[in-house]
Amino acid sequence: MLLDLVAAVRAAGVPATPDRVQAMFRAVDATGPDLLYWAARLTLCGSPDDIARFDAAFAGFSRDAEPKGTPWQVRRLPERSLFRASSPGDGAADGDPGLAVRAADTEMLRHRDLATLSAAERAEAMRLLALAAAADPRRPGRRYRPWHRGRADPRRTMRAMLRAAGEPRLPARRARRPRPRRLVLLADVSGSMAPYADALLRLGHALVQHRPRWTEVFTLGTRLTRVTAPLLSRDVEVAVRAAGQVIPDWRGGTRLADTLTDFLRRYGHRGLARRAVVVVFSDGWERGDPAPLGEAAAHLRRLAHRLIWATPHAGRPGFAPTAGGLAAVLPHVDALVAGHSIAAIEELLGEVSH
Amino acid sequence: MPGYADPAALATALAAAGYLADEGLAVAGFLALKLHRPIFLEGDAGVGKTAFAGALAEATGLPLVRLQCYEGLDAAQALYDWDFPRQVLHLRAVEAAAGGARSVEELEAGLYDRRFLVARPLLQAIEQAPCVLLIDEVDRADDEFEAFLLELLADAAVTIPELGRIAAAEPPLVVVTSNRTREVHDALKRRCLYHWVGHPSPEREAAILRARLPEVTERLAVQIADATARLRALDLVKPPGVAESIDWAAAIGALGADALSAEITALTLGAVLKVREDIERVRAAADAP
Repeated sequence: MLLDLVAAVRAAGVPATPDRVQAMFRAVDATGPDLLYWAARLTLCGSPDDIARFDAAFAGFSRDAEPKGTPWQVRRLPERSLFRASSPGDGAADGDPGLAVRAADTEMLRHRDLATLSAAERAEAMRLLALAAAADPRRPGRRYRPWHRGRADPRRTMRAMLRAAGEPRLPARRARRPRPRRLVLLADVSGSMAPYADALLRLGHALVQHRPRWTEVFTLGTRLTRVTAPLLSRDVEVAVRAAGQVIPDWRGGTRLADTLTDFLRRYGHRGLARRAVVVVFSDGWERGDPAPLGEAAAHLRRLAHRLIWATPHAGRPGFAPTAGGLAAVLPHVDALVAGHSIAAIEELLGEVSH
Repeated sequence: MPGYADPAALATALAAAGYLADEGLAVAGFLALKLHRPIFLEGDAGVGKTAFAGALAEATGLPLVRLQCYEGLDAAQALYDWDFPRQVLHLRAVEAAAGGARSVEELEAGLYDRRFLVARPLLQAIEQAPCVLLIDEVDRADDEFEAFLLELLADAAVTIPELGRIAAAEPPLVVVTSNRTREVHDALKRRCLYHWVGHPSPEREAAILRARLPEVTERLAVQIADATARLRALDLVKPPGVAESIDWAAAIGALGADALSAEITALTLGAVLKVREDIERVRAAADAP
């Protein structure tokens, strides 16, 4: 019976590894069958996403047992924010005009075509990898290192003096040891950015390969998708294909303000964007009111060290950022750069290390 | 380490320590005591993750050892460090006492004695065990530190090259918390009991307010709990946690009010909402009919 539950939970997508299952058996042994729900959930799950899947599996598994994850716990789960207009219990927000817009947008879900890379695309990916090595933003760390300039280093100076039997020496100096600064790439993969979307994933791959621990890549469209994990694969083709499989809204519509706000709520405000260099790759094409997009950009600017907005149109002659969304965003960005060619990407990465 | 017959008994003991745990948390604590597995708590800021460890220590009567994680935390600050000035002093003292009779080897071995070792939280926990070890906000530490923790959690022992292995008499009860600013590695979570600490239901929150602030009336506690629940349902940048609602109740109590009115709410909104956009949003929602 317990193995049936394990099978159901696995089928729902929770990675219940053998050691977790073993822990579950010991936990059920300790608590007794009445607390099966908690004993299994505590041992099998590893993230809020897992809990949502586990609850679904558990509800199907035992008809009489209600899942005990209260609405309070489920509320903050990842898929929460985009369809809130239709979820129950949010009556307080009914008068919100922002929600009406959201509800009116019909979502088009589509995955990326599984095309293999052409020789030219491979060559471009290699160039991107080489370019990404140049993007290495740093920030001063908390710790010190010996340096030829900066404040005096009392300890080293003292030790040097001790070695010299107490004679005064030139003071040793120290400076803060630089640490890598996090880089967050938010790539718009909606229909209007379609010609660039593939190249953007390859750029994301190059950046993640270069600094896997300090780079995060998300895609924006009608939903927010974190693609850092799939992009960790060494091979660019495998990585881009895996990323394409987790992005549900490839070349769909765009809800830029909503997805950007979603990013801020779920990741940015919690710390991911704090002191980071944030690069948003989007044409800023927003249907509806551009004001929420401006607010989201302002919030992002306050969190981030630098907010860089890259838009392919900026590379065209006679470009002026008058499109509703871009105009709203412009007061809050540190740099608006083009992103339509490899040369423009090079410029963008130079801006990143700035 | 005290044993509890079932999770309900632990929940009662926690309640006596001023912490009202929900069923899942009580089961997690019970299993941690029984199976010697660490608890990994994740959840929004201010939902009572750190307070749980404190309450667990109080309920079980064990000492609490706390390690606050931050970026750049390393073994020297988390585990142990040699007390270099004291070692030098020791050498000078030996020199002054003209202890020429002692061999160099003996002197050197004497330098790496337990008394010259500064125990940081993790070593303290191993030496003091049984105890409650709180590893707070592990998501702030670097991921090398996670790998280092794994080793420690696996066998509750440390090997110090100069001294040898120090093992805990009994594994400490470990509570790891994370605010989920980044995904903690699965290898660490796999060894733990994972619990997502959600916001409490309004009834439980009212009970928590009453337990924490005895001077708050039943009616005010219920009103604040309801209002906080409504705030959480709004799409806020930082939904208020239990810590904020306790602050709010204390602020209202300090103003001498015993019920929640429109004016009192407007005056004290800053105690519960800390982001300007949120305050504006709530004001706008309140003004709308």
